[in-house]
Amino acid sequence: MGRRIGIEVSIALADAVKLANADVIAAYPITPQTHIVEHLAELVAEGELDAEYVPVESEHSALSACLGSSAAGARTFTATAGQGLELMHEVLYVASGMRLPIVMAVANRALSSPLSVWGDHSDAMAVRDTGWIQVFTENGQEVVDQIICAFKIAEDHNVLLPIMVHLDGFHLSHVIEPIEMPEESDVCEFLPPIHSPLTLHPSKPVAMGDFAPPVVFTEAKWAQEQAMSGVKKTIIQVWDEYAQKFGRSYHPVECYKCEGAKTLLFTMGSFSETAMSAVDSLRAKGVDIGLIRLRLWRPFPFEEFRAAVKGVKTLLVLDRSISSGGPGGPVASELKAALYNEADKPAVVSFIGGLGGRDITVDGFEQLITDGMRIAASGTDKEYEMIGVRE
Amino acid sequence: MAKQEHELTWKDIEIGAAVTEPGSAAVYKTGDWRSQQPSYDFSRCIKCGICYIFCPEGCIHQNQKGFFEADFFYCKGCGICAYECPTRVITMREETEK
Ligand code: SF4
Ligand code: SF4
Repeated sequence: MGRRIGIEVSIALADAVKLANADVIAAYPITPQTHIVEHLAELVAEGELDAEYVPVESEHSALSACLGSSAAGARTFTATAGQGLELMHEVLYVASGMRLPIVMAVANRALSSPLSVWGDHSDAMAVRDTGWIQVFTENGQEVVDQIICAFKIAEDHNVLLPIMVHLDGFHLSHVIEPIEMPEESDVCEFLPPIHSPLTLHPSKPVAMGDFAPPVVFTEAKWAQEQAMSGVKKTIIQVWDEYAQKFGRSYHPVECYKCEGAKTLLFTMGSFSETAMSAVDSLRAKGVDIGLIRLRLWRPFPFEEFRAAVKGVKTLLVLDRSISSGGPGGPVASELKAALYNEADKPAVVSFIGGLGGRDITVDGFEQLITDGMRIAASGTDKEYEMIGVRE
Repeated sequence: MAKQEHELTWKDIEIGAAVTEPGSAAVYKTGDWRSQQPSYDFSRCIKCGICYIFCPEGCIHQNQKGFFEADFFYCKGCGICAYECPTRVITMREETEK
């Protein structure tokens, strides 16, 4: 059994990367990711982690350095947030196209302008189509567990795709939580050393990231997409193995007090815990409400999601970013698309809130649920509701 | 030899679309943008091989009768062979002429 300690989530995350025995870390510090890479730099400098720490001059270079190290077969980690993730944008496609199992922590942050260092999901949504696996976490324990699982998932030979572990900036990255840190020996058993089937090596030369004319690009993309569609199976397998070894289980879609509920609130990330308290309090008042939380955002778990909302009348969705000029929040539109062909689909009420680090309290969630149920009953002409905006 | 690109199915694509077999650029078809092609009157050919030496594509080979001929998979129709041939064996024709 591991040790349960009070620790800042960013520091615990860095310790998890150490437990995973990463070989190369290339990163550029950016708020609110800073503590993660600062602590990793310290661990390397003090000889506690035998890894190469590559200080770079931008996030574009950080991920480019990761490309090289991962292509050479090294277990590779980086972390970023907000603008940094955007600066990596074009390299994100290169990493997934080259099928490199890079693990990246993203301390989610709003995108400028106006300049904000605080958290929301606009950075995660801006990169949702880049071919990376995306996992959202809800508390510090999950961050540690998911980082360790991420290496095992990404490096699995059926996967070989890069993965982002999202944690909400400040709301999660900068809080001190009681976290059970797994034993190094247990992590060693759970996570075998990296062994990539195709690496850069002088004795067996290969060319990676090559030129693909129109005659073969479609086939290359389809091959990549076939790998992506098999990912969910491996993820579930890895999470099950983790549960057996460490006693904490994770699922692509998770339900809280959903039994028989006709209305479900849908959240992703750290707000899920606040939403749970709101559900508890409303349930105590006799309101028929449950909570559904998404852990796996890419690839989207269509089957599990549809099964979880079967028989539900109303789905209230909270998005923490805007699809500008679009149909509402990006998550809400995804859910609508997932349900479109279903015969008995719930009505989807789309809310946008918690932007740029704004808190949503338990009361706020209760208000959202009450408003959502009213809108579902009476209808609305708006595509979405922006919550907490001053008129 | 590796399959031609147009023959590859998605299942043939290596992980990350990597290229594991070196030298494959040698089989790229380079003659498809040609607008003229050499045609031959071998009755005047002295088999000197000058056209063979000068062809910048390296695409001229000797046929069974010992005459030098272009491989149209690679010939880009530059006309250098026709210019260099001392006995005027080679004339350049529009690609559309037969
Ligand atoms: S036309 Fe140019 S490319 Fe074609 S055979 Fe002659 S020299 Fe070579
Ligand atoms: S240069 Fe002219 S004469 Fe000499 S081999 Fe070529 S075609 Fe024949």
